[in-house]
Amino acid sequence: MNALALYGRYVATSLRAQAQYPAATLMLTAGHCAATAIEILGVFALFDRFGPVGGWSFGEVALFYALVNIAFSIADLLGRGFDVFGTDFVRTGAFDRVLLRPRAAALQLAGYEVRLSRLGRLLQAFAVLILASHLVPIDWDIATAVIAAWAVAGGVALFVGLLILQATLAFWTVESLEIVNVLTYGGVQAAQYPLNIYAAWFRHLLTFGVPLACVAYYPVLAILKRPDPLGAPDWFLPLAPLAGFVFLAVSFLAWRIGMARYASTGS
Amino acid sequence: MPQILVEALAKTYRVAERAPGLAGALRGLVRRRWREVHALAGVSFSLEAGELLAFIGPNGAGKSTTVKILSGILRPTRGRVEVGGLIPYEDRIRHVARIGVVFGQRSQLWWDLPVLDGFDLLADIYRVEPARYHRRRDELVAMLRLEPLLDQPVRQLSLGQRMRAEFVAALLHDPAILFLDEPTIGLDAPSKLAVRAFVRRLNREQGVTVLLTTHDMHDVEALAERVIVIGQGRVLTDGPFESLRAGILAERRLYIDFAGPAPAFEMPGVTVRARTERSLELAFDPARIPTPQLIAAIATEHAVQDIHVDEPAIEEVITRFYALHDAHEA
Repeated sequence: MNALALYGRYVATSLRAQAQYPAATLMLTAGHCAATAIEILGVFALFDRFGPVGGWSFGEVALFYALVNIAFSIADLLGRGFDVFGTDFVRTGAFDRVLLRPRAAALQLAGYEVRLSRLGRLLQAFAVLILASHLVPIDWDIATAVIAAWAVAGGVALFVGLLILQATLAFWTVESLEIVNVLTYGGVQAAQYPLNIYAAWFRHLLTFGVPLACVAYYPVLAILKRPDPLGAPDWFLPLAPLAGFVFLAVSFLAWRIGMARYASTGS
Repeated sequence: MPQILVEALAKTYRVAERAPGLAGALRGLVRRRWREVHALAGVSFSLEAGELLAFIGPNGAGKSTTVKILSGILRPTRGRVEVGGLIPYEDRIRHVARIGVVFGQRSQLWWDLPVLDGFDLLADIYRVEPARYHRRRDELVAMLRLEPLLDQPVRQLSLGQRMRAEFVAALLHDPAILFLDEPTIGLDAPSKLAVRAFVRRLNREQGVTVLLTTHDMHDVEALAERVIVIGQGRVLTDGPFESLRAGILAERRLYIDFAGPAPAFEMPGVTVRARTERSLELAFDPARIPTPQLIAAIATEHAVQDIHVDEPAIEEVITRFYALHDAHEA
């Protein structure tokens, strides 16, 4: 069975395990949906009180919010194994069991658990996407839909990359590092707003360091057919999400280094 | 060429030393002091296909480290390891496809899944063809009488039931070598017997090479033809279990119940281990004083009600062996 088919098996297995507790899964999903819905209400309250921010309307910011949260919730849905890697695998020694199986460790971790409750955030983000399309309004055609999907794909790659980096750090620290949440949850918050409202150093961080702007800000400009107020060329805007995949590749390299370290030190 | 070859294996861990208390923890963040722990300090042995070897030794002796290196999880600091022609830690994925591992303390199975679903998933992970998988699974399930448990979630199994399922899980891909790390720990007596009988069958009938670590001397006695005693990261002895027992402790015990009060007893080469009002427990070396001679000497002089000879318990043999080699942790 090839890696992709096996991943499918893992996912099906995880879903079946969660189906053992249907009430808990349903309530967690609903809870997650409600908790994240509060966020967009907060953004709405802000715009309602103070009007447009940096030349952006609430509808446009809702589009940022929707795309970033769709990407993040998918990554969160898929990357649970990396998220809990330190506490559930390294510290408990369960990672040894992963290494005893003749498959890439990263594949086994990716298939560890697909948390259905994360669909709550995904549903909510899709609702916001529909809302934003009405408010702006956005005329979805094939080109803009492709850019949106491409931006989400880059975003998923970026957030999964962050989760892999978090897991990689656990090779050194043993615990899962909550500090990386500054980049994941904090990154979601930061990327929800257009880049040009931030200071220059922070813009550079979000473009070249942890390239959240490349999977949210630039492709959204392309969808809105607005030129970049910061002066990035138009041809760059739809290409930007590629940075998410580069980030993922770099994270994998770090992961490989961590694996080699684990083999020489143990837990 | 032996199936498992271990030469001058050494593993040194660097352990961060930390002063106690909060101040110590904070200082540890800035500057760390490292202490080297030599888990293995030159272990060599080899194992032919079809052998059954028990690895024993006190806690911290290096048993688990050896098993971890042999199974490809850890990379040694020095030395050479080859298992079936592969270097385990260089070629992990190919290597682990050919071995089976059972940890007594850790489950391989999926907690919330029915036993059978876990087996199905493992067959996919190990790329076992469906026809071969079904044949192998049915065979193992029959051997371990697991049939009635197949549709139960793993979390509902007793420890004994779960261990039987663990054995099936570790053997679905038909490995030539099986590593068992304390497989009987915590099991009740019937389950221990079942595990031992199964491992013996697997080794004798199917020719699976078995390397077992254990603290249970009855496992060793029931299973292993060959024993390696490891202590402080070194091989202390390597040979048949019987010669280990005979070599370390030839001592016999004589238990005597007297019809009247137990007499004061003195004889060169014989020590009184315990006495009660009407009984004595003596220890002696049969090479110096033959057993019949000692019994005759006592029975002619005193009114004896009952008498029996015994060997020291295996646990005692091993404890003495560790003491002899100063192998126990300080």
